[in-house]
Amino acid sequence: MPKDGGIGASTKRREDVRFLTGTGNYTDDINLRGQAYVHFLRSDVAHGRLNTVDTSAAEGMPGVIRIFTGKDFEGIGGLPCGWQVTDRHGEVMQEPGHPVLAQGKVRHVGDPIAAVVAETREQARDAAEAIELDIEELPAVVDMKAALEDGAPKVHDDLTSNLCYDWGFVEENKAAVDEAFKSAAHVTTLELVNNRLVANPMEPRVAVGDYNRSTGDHTLYTTSQNPHVIRLLMGAFVLGIPEHKLRVVAPDVGGGFGSKIFHYAEEAFCTFAAKALNRPVKWTCSRSEAFITDAHGRDHVTKIELALDAENNFTALRTDTYANMGAYLSTFAPSVPTWLHGTLMAGNYKTPLIYVNVKAVFTNTVPVDAYRGAGRPEATYQLERVIDKAARELGVDPIALRRQNFITEFPYATPVAVEYDTGDYHATMDKLEEIGDFKGFAARRKESEAKGRLRGLGINCYIEACGIAPSNLVGQLGARAGLYESATVRVNATGGLVVMTGSHSHGQGHETSFAQVVAEMIGIDADQVEIVHGDTANTPMGMGTYGSRSIAVGGSAMVRATEKIINKAKKIAAHLMEASEADIELKDGQFSVAGTDKSVAWGDVTLAAYVPHNYPLEDIEPGLEETAFYDPSNFTYPSGAYACEVEVDPETGRVTIERFAAADDFGNIINPMIVSGQVHGGIGQGIGQALLEACVYDENGQLQSGSYMDYAMPRADDVPFYEVDHSCQTPCTHNPLGVKGCGEAGAIGSPPSVVNAVIDALQSGGKNVTHIDMPLSPSRVWQAMQG
Amino acid sequence: MYAFDIERPTRLTDAVKLLSDATDSQPLGGGQTLIPALKARLAAPERLVCLSGVDEIKGICTADDGALCIGGGTCHADVAAGAGAYPALASLAANIGDPAVRNRGTIGGSLANNDPSACYPAALLASGATVVTTNRKIAADDFFEGMFTTSLEDGEIITEVRFPVPEKANYQKFEQPASRFALVGVFVAKYADGVRVAVTGASEDGVFRWSEAEAALSSDFSAGAIEGLSLPGDGMISDMHGSADYRAHLVGVVTRRAVTAAG
Repeated sequence: MPKDGGIGASTKRREDVRFLTGTGNYTDDINLRGQAYVHFLRSDVAHGRLNTVDTSAAEGMPGVIRIFTGKDFEGIGGLPCGWQVTDRHGEVMQEPGHPVLAQGKVRHVGDPIAAVVAETREQARDAAEAIELDIEELPAVVDMKAALEDGAPKVHDDLTSNLCYDWGFVEENKAAVDEAFKSAAHVTTLELVNNRLVANPMEPRVAVGDYNRSTGDHTLYTTSQNPHVIRLLMGAFVLGIPEHKLRVVAPDVGGGFGSKIFHYAEEAFCTFAAKALNRPVKWTCSRSEAFITDAHGRDHVTKIELALDAENNFTALRTDTYANMGAYLSTFAPSVPTWLHGTLMAGNYKTPLIYVNVKAVFTNTVPVDAYRGAGRPEATYQLERVIDKAARELGVDPIALRRQNFITEFPYATPVAVEYDTGDYHATMDKLEEIGDFKGFAARRKESEAKGRLRGLGINCYIEACGIAPSNLVGQLGARAGLYESATVRVNATGGLVVMTGSHSHGQGHETSFAQVVAEMIGIDADQVEIVHGDTANTPMGMGTYGSRSIAVGGSAMVRATEKIINKAKKIAAHLMEASEADIELKDGQFSVAGTDKSVAWGDVTLAAYVPHNYPLEDIEPGLEETAFYDPSNFTYPSGAYACEVEVDPETGRVTIERFAAADDFGNIINPMIVSGQVHGGIGQGIGQALLEACVYDENGQLQSGSYMDYAMPRADDVPFYEVDHSCQTPCTHNPLGVKGCGEAGAIGSPPSVVNAVIDALQSGGKNVTHIDMPLSPSRVWQAMQG
Repeated sequence: MYAFDIERPTRLTDAVKLLSDATDSQPLGGGQTLIPALKARLAAPERLVCLSGVDEIKGICTADDGALCIGGGTCHADVAAGAGAYPALASLAANIGDPAVRNRGTIGGSLANNDPSACYPAALLASGATVVTTNRKIAADDFFEGMFTTSLEDGEIITEVRFPVPEKANYQKFEQPASRFALVGVFVAKYADGVRVAVTGASEDGVFRWSEAEAALSSDFSAGAIEGLSLPGDGMISDMHGSADYRAHLVGVVTRRAVTAAG
């Protein structure tokens, strides 16, 4: 039984006290003296030539301080893209400009045209309505394949076409893959859509810009998952502010799911305008505005083919994907359908030959970027759907087919450029069969049928690459950033610690689980450890939180810094006890000399470090503060097996989730309760994608699902009680904690099993339905059943 | 939200007076539609006349002829709790929106708005109820005039709705996944002189009576009596949540379920 507050304990989340009692400090809670408010006038057409923006009438409206347009940002950098993809012909991607405020053209509904700064929010909004626009509407491109046709309207006039890149991976394998398909005993083909999603974190985005005229210091308060990245991107590429004159603060952040990774125009605007007006400028996004400005997720259209030999071994895999970039390249958009997707196409299986083609396409829609899982859910969904379809075509058990093709020896180098360090896919599948009670399924199906319902069982496996990532590797792949993480551990004189981390918590519980790690290492109570994050002024340069990287990379940096602290403390303890440093042991917060009864407490050593009266000043400096940067040598590879049981009402097509089981291998675990919570939330989002969430544009580029009246988010009664297990643990071999990361697994692992279950249910009812595109809404399921 | 004035009369006569003076005024019931519209700047009345302080249009009682009378200003939660004499109606009210909606939204407000996917219009029409206003009495069959349109005149306030209590009744709602309004909702009510079936959510003209089903059920009140009976997709709503044909199909399914549930 682990000690409460130590590694392995389900310690209650300390941050919940403020979150649940309404005492958190979110960006919208920050109000500065003299602050003005900005309202953005946004395009209501998807594509148009911006002839004139006449602000003259609006400028005289009450409370208006100044109205900015694209002209004010001429000569100022646009929003940068953080990843450059090189295509299959060796050409770099087409990279259009992304102005802070529209210049010349508007390219999606929501594109900002003008920014009205006024004394109050309502005054800014009133004045925005008085701006006269002359926009010559142009035909919009919404469908990706149509966007690539000859003569299609171009989203960016200065690019050669709407094709961002045509990526092939691994290009050298293409001929061999094609050859393997020719000699295959069986080929299963599936065309599918990975539906576009709107992240919808509970807290909409907010930005407050501030400027101190006497010092020249800029401060941006923003809803971000990575304040240091925003500081670097906005400072260096947009506004030309050096880091030492720019502070970015991301205080309590109410969920991100990827959508708060990216650098957005509103952040740059508020920072810019605060200096221009010498007043703080605040923007609070409305929910309606979030739908048309937050980066969307997914939106892939794929054809996948699986080749099998006569013994049902997978021999080759080939995919052809169209990935929507939207109207501009969001910060990390190009990496999602390529390096975060193609490298995962092996899944849990020893398929020897794989070729992935991805065409990234510009359309007149909101930019698309990473959303919980980012590329890995798209890979998992295709792969686990095509395997299920193959099993059905071959008349074999879908679990047996998977088991037969599992990778069983580690480390395992896939044909798509990554090396899995550890895993045990049979173990998680065994666990799944147990917690999913598959033996009882036949009886449950009979019960459902007695009620006139069809019952289906769907399973899938998944693997993900987390802990992003080795900087030298991602640099070769086109990343324009390093992906290390950092931690500074500051020990106070009386023994308490503050850990300043470059990663960021926006709901994940880092303040609790990170403290558990440090407390365990020293052997003190976790309430002696404070975790500080989210402010570039008091944390070391770090890359932030996404890609399930925080404990694997940020936690490792913290371990390294704490090790340095312990090493130095042992030197001090050795001096205090007049012993050899090599003989000093640290246990339960006590330093002792091996083989003796001599000991000094943690607090005695820390006090000596800051009151160095009796101290080896000639050997070591006083004080106890250390920083470490950790750059991983590989990704981590969490994996698992999920099962979903559904009932389908054959008269209406309505699907209900009756059971859901998840067996995950996250390696070592710091706080099991937090891990379960992450899995629960992820599965909820996966069920949302599979059954409910449809981001729909009409042919003119108008967002039809632009509010919660039409965009269905999962609610408590849409999801069942989950059976979640993470007792299968193959620790990561290359980070000091042996951890793999758990933040995205649920969202990656759940959609295929939901769809597989619905197909199973329909087949059990005699319906020859082999695929339905997500979300499996009642009308879509009913329509599919009509044949 | 644009700036507006608000008046909070406590007497019905004052409310009527305010709504008939020269100021551009709009009555505010529970605000469950109007307030979001104001926030989105889709409505810009000069003045709101809030009816929530007018106690004389709230409450539930039984008339001498047995009809259940519900004040126009009665919120859904109070109908859910107090319309025990008409269980199908109480159950309908209990399943509108969420607790916040049910404690603010009113029956009069819902009927006057006549959202094509709202629940109450189906109850009104299937019950052959009577809408009592500050000016007159309007039979249910004469009240609805298409999506978001009723026979109410400007300044006319619904003071009461009188529901004849049927022998058997039931309301079934098949929810649109996002809004959880009725994708199709069917209210079935069996009276001594026949069965009435009202459908909400499905038609581009708003709530309507399904006369073929009424005829079949009046001679045999069973789900079997309408098995195979179907409506054409023409005139049904078609949107991202379902095609016209799907809605037409659902009307049959949901009606049969309502009949079965009515017992």
